[in-house]
Amino acid sequence: MSYLDFEKPLVELERQIEAATAARDGVHGTPPGVALDLGTRVQLDDPDALRAKYRETLASIYAGLGPWETVRVARVPTRPQTRDYIKLICRDFAELHGDRRYGDDPALVTGFARIGSIKCLIVGHQKGRDTQERIACHFGCAHPEGYRKALAKMKMAEKFGLPIVTLVDTPGAYPGLGAEQRGQAEAIAVNMLEMSRLRVPIVSVVIGEGGSGGALGIAVADRVAMMQFAWYSVISPEGCAAILWKQANEQTNAQAARALKLTASDNIELGIVDDVIEEPLGAAHRAPAEAAANLEKWITSTLLNLKDVDRDVLVDRRYQRFRRLGAYVDKSGQFNGLVPDQDLPK
Amino acid sequence: MVPGVSRGAARAEKQGKSGTMTRAASRTWNEIKTPKRSAIPEGLWLRCPGCSRMIYRRQMEANLHVCPECNHHFRIGAVERIRQLTDPGSFQPMFRGLEPTDPLGFRDLKTYADRLRIEQEKTGQVDAVQAGSGFIKGREAMVCCLDLTFMMGSMGSVVGETITRTIETATERNLPLIIVSCSGGARMQESGLSLMQMAKTSAALARHDNAGGLFISVLTDPTTGGVTASFAMLGDVILAEPGALIGFAGPRVIQQTIRQELPDGFQRSEFLLKSGLVDRVVARAELRSEVARIIDYSGK
Ligand SMILES: [Zn+2]
Repeated sequence: MSYLDFEKPLVELERQIEAATAARDGVHGTPPGVALDLGTRVQLDDPDALRAKYRETLASIYAGLGPWETVRVARVPTRPQTRDYIKLICRDFAELHGDRRYGDDPALVTGFARIGSIKCLIVGHQKGRDTQERIACHFGCAHPEGYRKALAKMKMAEKFGLPIVTLVDTPGAYPGLGAEQRGQAEAIAVNMLEMSRLRVPIVSVVIGEGGSGGALGIAVADRVAMMQFAWYSVISPEGCAAILWKQANEQTNAQAARALKLTASDNIELGIVDDVIEEPLGAAHRAPAEAAANLEKWITSTLLNLKDVDRDVLVDRRYQRFRRLGAYVDKSGQFNGLVPDQDLPK
Repeated sequence: MVPGVSRGAARAEKQGKSGTMTRAASRTWNEIKTPKRSAIPEGLWLRCPGCSRMIYRRQMEANLHVCPECNHHFRIGAVERIRQLTDPGSFQPMFRGLEPTDPLGFRDLKTYADRLRIEQEKTGQVDAVQAGSGFIKGREAMVCCLDLTFMMGSMGSVVGETITRTIETATERNLPLIIVSCSGGARMQESGLSLMQMAKTSAALARHDNAGGLFISVLTDPTTGGVTASFAMLGDVILAEPGALIGFAGPRVIQQTIRQELPDGFQRSEFLLKSGLVDRVVARAELRSEVARIIDYSGK
């Protein structure tokens, strides 16, 4: 197990557990004797007591996680990604490749799937597990062809009346020469426009990183949830720190992460997401199957609720869901009222 | 967010290479005798970032804020844009009661509340957008212009809401919709709420499209980030002003990502035209008649 810096107390505990287990099993022969941790009064030769202590420490660390720590957890390389969740929750998955125009972007995975008894289309960002896959996926930064592939498959799902499940996990859409030349902005914009009027239920979950337009490009949905330790914001903390604090370092990144209100509970408060999906003790990467079970439960129950909604009502509610987002003062108190021309040119 | 990018030097160099004759013939006095900056009366003359020549401000302004020497399109505010685009006296401003707040209590080196106050005092505007109805060569339309002078034209809740109301009104009244963009992108200080304006405006455009409405998107220097990646690239017809920087990511971010020099003219209007991303590059002097012409073809 590799640890994040704020998980440091766990490193020593893990070592103690290993030593105690080895001693009990007689691996190293010499028992450590009856040692006692004076601070906690946990017997150092009792693996079970040490494990309890470990869980307790883990729970207390994760209960007090700050926004910047949350971002770091969302980025843990072993955190479950779209392909992991597909393996864990889909009884069947028929991957569909390519946008039929330019290529097949591995950073966006699409395909028919069965979740429980529900047939659906899955669309999700993939960051990549090993180095080779990560490079091919540009670390989860999709290209225009990825967004166009996603839209093409979603339109097909609409035709067949299949609900759509999207899993968001991207630091942002890829910023590069080819991406710009092939219309990265246009691809994302068109996806948002078209998703807003697809006549099938759409549910989205930010499973890791929800980085700006690259995330939203597959997240215009009827219901949007976040995994407990995911983040979702207009810009990454580092990007924000570099611009507004003029430099990105541990301190400014943490300040930016706090200012951006990017955690799941922040996004609930802002009305941007509807639900938070609980993660296992110490986050999804410590017990992927448990995380997947929670995710599956949310997806199936949410889709069940949307199944019989009249399609006109569904699309209208989706419109209103995004329509009401924003914070401003409306001094005129009227919606479409004309205000007399005062200071504009004659 | 994208910082202003100076491209004057590169262009001047290019011109020097390609046309020594023209250059010599049209030399201005200041190229022969470079005056000290302090010797120039403040604001009366300015150096054109396009051709590096000193030009007379009033002459440039009378020329729609376009350099009379090299056709460089200077950035203009929303009020000036509306004045240029609409028939005199025809513009009726709308949605002016919308004012920004600080929903996140955002604080970087300054607080967002302070930034808003400073920008409002500096510009005399409440936020980065002007919208209303007006006539363009006798054709009625809903018009919305972003304003670069206010927080780089960034899109927060007020900008997003104003654009959305403009779109909805155009749909209801079956009027052509014209949005002139210039923006650094989504406004960081409203974070997720700014991001959601991208979905909101795009969804409103879906309804406008369902109703058979016309949307002409005009891209001006610079249009980047969340504005490009939402309503700006969703025009039925997309027009771009010459030489405008238009992109998803800013040039600096791209350069840092790919670690190589960007090709000359990358992310400029002419590059987008060649890449198939915009319909026409239109000089400012032609914009009114081009918009009117497209409205006529749409039958709106
Ligand atoms: Zn010039």
